[in-house]
Amino acid sequence: MSLGNQLLQYLFTGITIGSIYGMVALGFNIIYNSTGIINLAQGEFVMLGGMITIFLTTVVKLPLFLSFFLSVLLVTLIGAIFERLAIHPLKSPSVITLIIITIAGSILFKGGAMFLWGKETFTLPSFSGEKPIFVLGAIILPQTLWILGIMGGVVLLLIFFFSFTRAGKAMKACAVNRRAANLVGINVKLMVLFSFALSAAIGAVAGIIITPIALMDYDRGTMLAIKGFCAAVLGGLGSNAGAVIAGFLIGITESLGAGFISSGYKDAIALVVLLAVLFFRPGGILGNKEHT
Amino acid sequence: MRKKMRRGRIILGISFFLLILARVLASQILAGEDKPLKPYKVGAIFAITGAASWLGEPERNTVKMIEEEINALGGINGHPLKVIVEDTVGDETKAVMAVKKLIEKDKVLAIVGPSRSGTTLAVIPIVERAKIPLISCAAAEAIVAPVKPWVFKTPQKDSDAVVKIYEYMNKHQISKVAIITGTTGFGSEGRKQLKKLAPEFGITIVADETYGPKDTDMTAQLTRIKATDAQAVINWSIVPAQAIVVKNMRQLGMTIPLFQSHGFGNIKYAEMAGEAAEGLIFPAGRLLAVDTLPETHPQKEVLTRYKERYESKYGENVSTFGGHAWDALQLVILALRAVGPDRERIRVFIENVKGFVGTGGIFYYSPEDHTGLNKEAFEMLTVKKGKFVVLK
Repeated sequence: MSLGNQLLQYLFTGITIGSIYGMVALGFNIIYNSTGIINLAQGEFVMLGGMITIFLTTVVKLPLFLSFFLSVLLVTLIGAIFERLAIHPLKSPSVITLIIITIAGSILFKGGAMFLWGKETFTLPSFSGEKPIFVLGAIILPQTLWILGIMGGVVLLLIFFFSFTRAGKAMKACAVNRRAANLVGINVKLMVLFSFALSAAIGAVAGIIITPIALMDYDRGTMLAIKGFCAAVLGGLGSNAGAVIAGFLIGITESLGAGFISSGYKDAIALVVLLAVLFFRPGGILGNKEHT
Repeated sequence: MRKKMRRGRIILGISFFLLILARVLASQILAGEDKPLKPYKVGAIFAITGAASWLGEPERNTVKMIEEEINALGGINGHPLKVIVEDTVGDETKAVMAVKKLIEKDKVLAIVGPSRSGTTLAVIPIVERAKIPLISCAAAEAIVAPVKPWVFKTPQKDSDAVVKIYEYMNKHQISKVAIITGTTGFGSEGRKQLKKLAPEFGITIVADETYGPKDTDMTAQLTRIKATDAQAVINWSIVPAQAIVVKNMRQLGMTIPLFQSHGFGNIKYAEMAGEAAEGLIFPAGRLLAVDTLPETHPQKEVLTRYKERYESKYGENVSTFGGHAWDALQLVILALRAVGPDRERIRVFIENVKGFVGTGGIFYYSPEDHTGLNKEAFEMLTVKKGKFVVLK
């Protein structure tokens, strides 16, 4: 295998891993955009998306296509119920209180999933076969193309939603200034509900499309959330395009680090890059400096 | 007439009262005769919840099943067996607390477990001081090397699995290998043994890669291996992520043989890797491929019995780990039956067990060897049509 082929393979691997991180990062952004809080249960939405789809396809025996939508719907509902029961009842919560509540939610979801589905690791069949596609001597999996395609679609939809729809703009307004948003007649609490539902839905989509390559178990959410959170911060919290770019950046650094330096240090290399970028650009790659 | 009637009633009342008294007394006396002998208490500490629960759960199920069966058959020499199970959550501090409770409060005669090597090493000083036999279900060699008088273990040795793989490679003219290991305790211990024993067998390690337990893609590491002249890959891990390595390797179009460790011994892993797992080779205890074991093999009967009972009771596949607990508790029961409730005599008995047929192999303990198994406990297995079969 020539060096050029190897390099290309590392890039493809990085894109595969990076797209997973990017999808998770998008979920963080939505709740941050409308409430200004970091939802630490985001990884659990991803896990639930994957696990519910596995349950629907293997136990209920629904076709994959139908399970996909049903699972997204269910997780959206779980996200909304979580907001209604845990976030909504607080009168004037501080950001830190809300974040702690999301940690509790994360533990609860993880425990629930463990009781329901056990501690085993599951997988889903790839959406369109497992036969790798050869590009200039390197391989790329069909599932990676699915992830890239779906992620692209989600990003476009989000940009459209936040820039051109009333609900999207209202959600953005809540993040900038809750009080002012309230004064101009935006129902802030309703927007918070929407944001939780939306980010749960995106988390679920991410969970479903990555399961065929990354496997899924009740405990998978936390690690994905950490990497996704890194991508969100690196891209600049709140910036969806930034999240995707940062996801790729972390993924590719990890894979190049594993390939050319040592696989033992790959997580460290990615985190050093994160720290370095934040040192020079505290707002992240595409972030707003005022936010930090 | 009236008086007589009244007296009659009194007599009736008194006799009724006496009747009840007699009955109560009788039942008490009978109960006294029937009262079972004092139960033999054995402690069991496993990682039933937490990250290592896939070890602890089958172990707990197994000891509970044995307890039920033994008691249904009248116990040990008439004494019922009482297994007191504690959960360590796979945590060293909790394991130490559980052992202290078992020793001081429950006053157990022996302890089986813990599940993990780390927790076992943490409780060794306590059982040594309290002089309680401990039969660990964890694999690390440090548990029994150097030998501690009160500590035994039932799983096979990692180094024996390495020897088994290297011997196979020598036979098939493979001398250059790439190793890819998990970063968990099991993986890094395996990496150490693989590197240590390679020169003895004339094997050169041409690539040495690692991966984390929650990693999602290992093509980067495998691409690096592909660029070397390795004749085979050894993938050493115990977590589900090892199935991704198997998949990625086939996706990259690598055709050199793949060897796995005994940590692959869970049929779920083969299912996860799907077709990519076909033909890979790994050493494991015989429990996993009991169906393809010849009828004449001395372990055949024990393995079949354990597998059938466990699977019909719990509705899930047996695992090697439950087997380790089976071996550990059966050893204790054997000792109790022979020498009774005396900790020192139990210890001496186990130390001199010769030819005990367990699920992990045939055990020969001695004062110098508290593992009791050698490399013959391993059989080379392969995956054929999604099933583990003995490699021919």
